[in-house]
Amino acid sequence: MGVPPLGCVKRSHPMTATNIDTAAPTHSPDRHFKYWIIAPAIFLLLLIGIFPLIYTLIVSFQHITMSENDKAFAGFRNYAHLFTDLRLWQALLHTVIITVMALPLELIFGMLMAQLFLDRMPGRQIFVSLLVLPVMISPIVAGATWRLMFDNRYGPINQIVGWFAGHPVTLLWNIRPDLVYPAIIFAEVWQWTPFMFLILLAALSNVDRSLTEAAEIDGAGYWRIFFKIVLPAIWPVMAVALLIRGLDLFKIFDMIWALTGGGPGTLTETISIYTYIEGFQQFETSYTGAIAFLVVVLLTVLVTWAIRRMGLAK
Amino acid sequence: MSATQQPFLQRSGTRLGIRYIIAIILTVIFVFPIYWLFMISLKTPAEIFAFPPKWYASQLQFANYAVLFKDGDAMTVLNSFILAGVSTILAMVLGTMCAYSLVRFKTGGENLAVWIISQRMMPPIAIAFPIFLLYVFFGWVDTYHGLIILYTAFSLPYVIWMMRGYIEDIPIELEESALVDGWTRWQVLWRVVFPMARSGLFATAVFTFVFAWNDFLFALVLTRTEVITYTVQVTHYFGGQSNFWAKIAAMSVLGTVPIFVVVAFMQRFLVRGISMGAVKG
Repeated sequence: MGVPPLGCVKRSHPMTATNIDTAAPTHSPDRHFKYWIIAPAIFLLLLIGIFPLIYTLIVSFQHITMSENDKAFAGFRNYAHLFTDLRLWQALLHTVIITVMALPLELIFGMLMAQLFLDRMPGRQIFVSLLVLPVMISPIVAGATWRLMFDNRYGPINQIVGWFAGHPVTLLWNIRPDLVYPAIIFAEVWQWTPFMFLILLAALSNVDRSLTEAAEIDGAGYWRIFFKIVLPAIWPVMAVALLIRGLDLFKIFDMIWALTGGGPGTLTETISIYTYIEGFQQFETSYTGAIAFLVVVLLTVLVTWAIRRMGLAK
Repeated sequence: MSATQQPFLQRSGTRLGIRYIIAIILTVIFVFPIYWLFMISLKTPAEIFAFPPKWYASQLQFANYAVLFKDGDAMTVLNSFILAGVSTILAMVLGTMCAYSLVRFKTGGENLAVWIISQRMMPPIAIAFPIFLLYVFFGWVDTYHGLIILYTAFSLPYVIWMMRGYIEDIPIELEESALVDGWTRWQVLWRVVFPMARSGLFATAVFTFVFAWNDFLFALVLTRTEVITYTVQVTHYFGGQSNFWAKIAAMSVLGTVPIFVVVAFMQRFLVRGISMGAVKG
């Protein structure tokens, strides 16, 4: 709907009930009010939204490294290097592995937990309050905690595994390539399943019970009702939760930094960790610019696709 | 009662009992790592490095915390508090003003609102890297104002998005009648909108605070010695195979307890806050 300019003649306008432009006399000091109040926020958002993009792009076409500071146009050499950088593509692969493993697990466990707490249950709020604690902890603290938990000798995890195995075990969670991913995903799922749980519990509570009960009377089975009635009803909320978590997983840094530091070797290096190492430890400034730009492009494509696919655009 | 909502469990005493048992097991699983962290922070070195592991500290002793306060490391929590606190206040004021403009004047239309929320999807590392180069140029690395500006800017999309929802809930008639009474728009904003949106402001501020408080990457990149936050300090105790366990745990607890206190008061805003308004609680 068109916005009448602030200085325009006021008139009653029933169609724009949420627009107070038309509601009252306008004073001259108020003329640019709507721009004054939006300007500081927009300025700051440009600082983190547009400036980094442009600056990264410029730097990525130069040749700045730890030893050189060549600001001349260097063409596409940094971008060409992206294609031959095996470590970059491995980092991307690690990120994808963690995302596609952790996200469905968080969703499924979150859904099961939500189902468990959905019905009347005295004291439910106490359980929910306790269960949601991991979400509020800093990921760096969560990673540190799991680093202590997974310690091969003094950590409780090996002790507990030992109970089930029937004999003491010394699993090197941070070192063995076949165990380090389960460790990361376990920690990740531990921290963020409650996030899914809390949102799904709220969404499921809002589903109109008369619909499901009517379907039940009509003889529809549990799964049929779930997929035909419950899932479509909670889908908008679930899609947002998946989007938030999917994006956060793609950007994952803190938790892994604390838990494995990207190791053993570079085996658990994610794209964010690799970008950090190139930029702040190797000081490959220009090349980091190219990586950062690639990440932003990938993420933009991914988000646009996800939003379209999930029907969130409406 | 519908079988739909109860896949495995029909309502009856037994079923409720089974649900309680599962709920308790789940709670133990999810709370245990936090318990373990707190316990390590209270243990003596001998207990920390006991094999097999000791499941609880035999006595309450705060030596691990005392060390942090003596070394001054505990001051990093204060840094976190200043950075998160000031940036939250700034983001709330600027973000709410912006949200008000978006809601009541439709400034920039739907496109601007979508652009703003899309800024939250930017990976922090892609922002941190060019911002670092900029701050080196300005000499803002390792300063309070440098990080405060960054945290404020990074929090804005969330604040604007949340406050947009809360402002939409305010009946417009109040603002209209205030304008008719001859108030300026600034007066309306400060004396009507802000007070009316206070529960939304409060809820959003708490989550904004928690996000900044829990940040690690920006603090890692943009601090050196002066304004180190507690999250960065925790990682300073990692050392290859020889971690300073007691310090890691005690520092983590110091940074986590304030968050838990906050959460305890936040229960009714929790869902709307973490779902970015997707669920209105």
